[in-house]
Amino acid sequence: MNWRWDNNGNQETNSAFFYANIALIIAFALILSRLWYLQIIKGEHFKSLSENNRIRIQEIAAPRGIVYDREGIPLVDSFPSFDVSLFRQDVRDLQALIPVLSRSLSLNPEKLQVKLTGGKASPSAHPVKLKGDISREELAKVETRRFDLPGVMVDMVIRRNYPFGHLAAHLIGYLGEINPQELEQEEYFNHKMGDLIGKFGIEQKFEFDLRGENGGRQIEVNALGRKVRILGQVEPNPGNNLFLTLDLELQKAAENAMEGKRGALVAMSPQNGDLLAMVSKPDFNPNFLARGISPENWRNILGNPLRPLQNRATQGQYPPGSVYKIITAIAALEEKIITPETVFSCAGSFPFGSRDYLCWKKEGHGRVNLRRAIVESCDIYFYNLGLRLGVDRLAKYAIGLGLGKITGFPLDHEKPGLVPTSSWKWKRFGIPWQGGENLSIAIGQGFNLVTPLQVACTISALANGGRFHRPRLIQSIKAPHGETLKEFPPQSEKILPLSFSTTEIIREALWGVVNSPGGTGGKARIDGFDVAGKTGTAQVVQRREGRNEPSSPEQDDHAWFACFAPATNPQIVVVVLLEHGGHGGATAAPVARKVLESFYLRNKAKPPSYLQMAHRSSVYLPGER
Amino acid sequence: MLDRRLIMNFDWTLLSTVVIISALGVFNLYSSTYPHTGEGTPLYLKQIFWLVLGMGFMILTLAFDYRTFIRYAYLFLLFCLLLLFLVMIFGRVTSGSQRWLPLGFFSFQPSEITKIALILSLTRFFTREDNFHGYRLRDLLIPFLFLGVPVFLVFKQPDLGTVVLLFLIFVSILAFIGLHPRAWITLGIGWAALTPLIWYFLKDYQKKRLLTFLNPDLDPLKTGYHIIQSKIAVGSGTFFGKGFLKGTQSQLHFLPEQHTDFIFSVLAEEWGFGGCFILLLLMLFLISKGVKIAHTSKDQAGALLAIGLSAMLFWQTFINIGMVIGLVPVVGVPLPLLSYGGTSAITTLVGIGILMNISMRRFMLAR
Repeated sequence: MNWRWDNNGNQETNSAFFYANIALIIAFALILSRLWYLQIIKGEHFKSLSENNRIRIQEIAAPRGIVYDREGIPLVDSFPSFDVSLFRQDVRDLQALIPVLSRSLSLNPEKLQVKLTGGKASPSAHPVKLKGDISREELAKVETRRFDLPGVMVDMVIRRNYPFGHLAAHLIGYLGEINPQELEQEEYFNHKMGDLIGKFGIEQKFEFDLRGENGGRQIEVNALGRKVRILGQVEPNPGNNLFLTLDLELQKAAENAMEGKRGALVAMSPQNGDLLAMVSKPDFNPNFLARGISPENWRNILGNPLRPLQNRATQGQYPPGSVYKIITAIAALEEKIITPETVFSCAGSFPFGSRDYLCWKKEGHGRVNLRRAIVESCDIYFYNLGLRLGVDRLAKYAIGLGLGKITGFPLDHEKPGLVPTSSWKWKRFGIPWQGGENLSIAIGQGFNLVTPLQVACTISALANGGRFHRPRLIQSIKAPHGETLKEFPPQSEKILPLSFSTTEIIREALWGVVNSPGGTGGKARIDGFDVAGKTGTAQVVQRREGRNEPSSPEQDDHAWFACFAPATNPQIVVVVLLEHGGHGGATAAPVARKVLESFYLRNKAKPPSYLQMAHRSSVYLPGER
Repeated sequence: MLDRRLIMNFDWTLLSTVVIISALGVFNLYSSTYPHTGEGTPLYLKQIFWLVLGMGFMILTLAFDYRTFIRYAYLFLLFCLLLLFLVMIFGRVTSGSQRWLPLGFFSFQPSEITKIALILSLTRFFTREDNFHGYRLRDLLIPFLFLGVPVFLVFKQPDLGTVVLLFLIFVSILAFIGLHPRAWITLGIGWAALTPLIWYFLKDYQKKRLLTFLNPDLDPLKTGYHIIQSKIAVGSGTFFGKGFLKGTQSQLHFLPEQHTDFIFSVLAEEWGFGGCFILLLLMLFLISKGVKIAHTSKDQAGALLAIGLSAMLFWQTFINIGMVIGLVPVVGVPLPLLSYGGTSAITTLVGIGILMNISMRRFMLAR
């Protein structure tokens, strides 16, 4: 079909135009015959379909993924509930329906009016949700009045339930209805008004793994809006399941031990960083939040001065108190400032500058070596170390052991704590570091701040001989049919290399804290299970000399106990912090003991596995991290 | 510049056809967006503004000889590519694709005018010299570049409809100038080899639409739903239609994009087979008029240009209506002069303006 131009218009040219016209006519004839088929031959059929457009779209919610503990016990489950929705185009007289609906469902008629008439015009084929999770009585009312309520549909929906209530509430989190601001966000583009989304904790962080994909069906309905048949259906894709490192039994023991207290507890495995239990008190019951909380209850939670939504284990920053003496001792040994045999004399007070720095024991400890200083928590001994180390050398060890920075906890808003240095103070306050402050920070007072989780990670690094493990909460994400989609293997990080002798000396001394006569942690002792630990009593307000009694409970000291067991082959690390709990040895140690005991009694029955035996041989290798 | 002969040769029937179709379009748009309760100016009034503006541009194009447009074709294409590039960077995103340049009071869609730039550039290229033996593949390197670069940029937006249109316009022009038979065979084989690759680059929703077209049951909730609802709307119009503002499907807003891509279903529902028949006749008249203008044009350039513009109008009409009535897959292509959209209306009218231009100057002596 060669074409060339020629002023006379030759045969070839004409044929090209001829074909073009033929193609045009064929195409238009094709369209017209299709229209004839649709409008004339099938016209009546389509007309009856359109009369009262009988095709509706119903959503089928995807079951949300389940969160399991390390043994595979579900920590969340679901229960059936009923939602009422309305297909607007089935309603002949909306104004007559509104009062009936508001009576049957006890809804505010004005709000109902706005919901059904206002708002952006969503496609009529999609229902409007009137009320979720209706009561049995409301269900009965709606069901009996079905014929007065055209277009009203009752759907069974699966709702989230937290069978253990407040257990691990800060970790698991809760669901809530998506709000308009969230709907605007890019990541929620697949969500729509009325959807439940994770608002907190794992539910929020893993929303897109747990959520799954909703299905739906296209149904044909009769004149009353009742389903006649299903025209097409897309099955929902259930969400993926999460397997945690938490141990439900231990978590329960920890929750019980912390009952009625205020503070946090962390139990983790020093062998791989698995979080076995994590408690923060006061807490909340996610079931109340998930079922639509009343505005005043919500205000009560948000306005509660005790801040129950805060996860104190990862977000609470506290002065570490005497627990910090572990760091000071390590620093002094590694820097060769002392040997284990170095002796300082404690007379109950230590004059420095213009004031006296006191030991907690007024009458003094006499001549003490390192082991006794740790076991009896002698402050004067550590004042001497602090003075000789200086703030920056101490900071090097604190940071090297994992303090002053986030540990890598998988949920949001973890706090980094604070390890002060002289340059930090200069930048922050514009005042040079004072010599006296070297004394305070050596015993964990002053500017130092740590979270209970950080202490647990540091203790666990010490317990396992020098490997810092990132705290692990999620083991894996698995598809509903069991295929592993994502694994979160234990992760180790480099820490300051510690000499074998240093860790050995410290660990032995910590065993002494619990097991030697005169040790401050005696209340955590368990026969047959060698517990090693350190008590801490962190002053909340600087006390003036001669006034040892706090004036109010809010100024009471924070109580710490950080421990691991068994001392020679550690399997568990427990850290307890009680806000304004008083003396660490007196209040925090017994709490830790309950958790250790639960762990011990359950694990005693099990013979050590080959894995553990293999591990044991590697624990003491010097230089390993 | 404008001498008396030009005015005497002005194609009044073509203009009347355009005005009648546009008027039908406004009425139909009025119905499809009824009731006009939303904020701001109702869409049908905006559309009137665009149509009037477009006719202004249409008249303006008559003032210049169409050969002037052809002379600047490559520059114009380059300009369009620049705009498409800007869209990639600054474009406004609506429902997942980035097609518009925000220009304050309105959003401009460069992919629309790129169609005209492609037609002008191809015309310029193929009228360079006479080729008596038919073009071979190696002669087509530059035309393929004219097609390939804009197609790539538009595909990125992604706007599958315009990609398909650019492609069909290109093939129509090749078919008209005639290729060497061997070139056709090579192209056919190349196309067959490329298809799997193109499939690979399609977005998931685009694949889904194509698969859904072949089997609407695959996705009864979204695309399949659109096809089914659209067919119900068209079919329920029967012979006489339900009457103006009486279409139940359209008035209840069952249809997606019923004022843009699915506008024809509103017409079919409310005016029935009769109405569709009249509209199709008008469209057929418009397009065949374009072909006739090509036929009577005094030079090769005018003929090729007229064929390209007619192909553009034809493919848009055919694909849009075909998609609404379930003949072709759902790809977003506006129906000329009926779908709502400023850039589309102006582009269509400027294209028709160029057709009139060629028609007016058919008695002028070739240079």
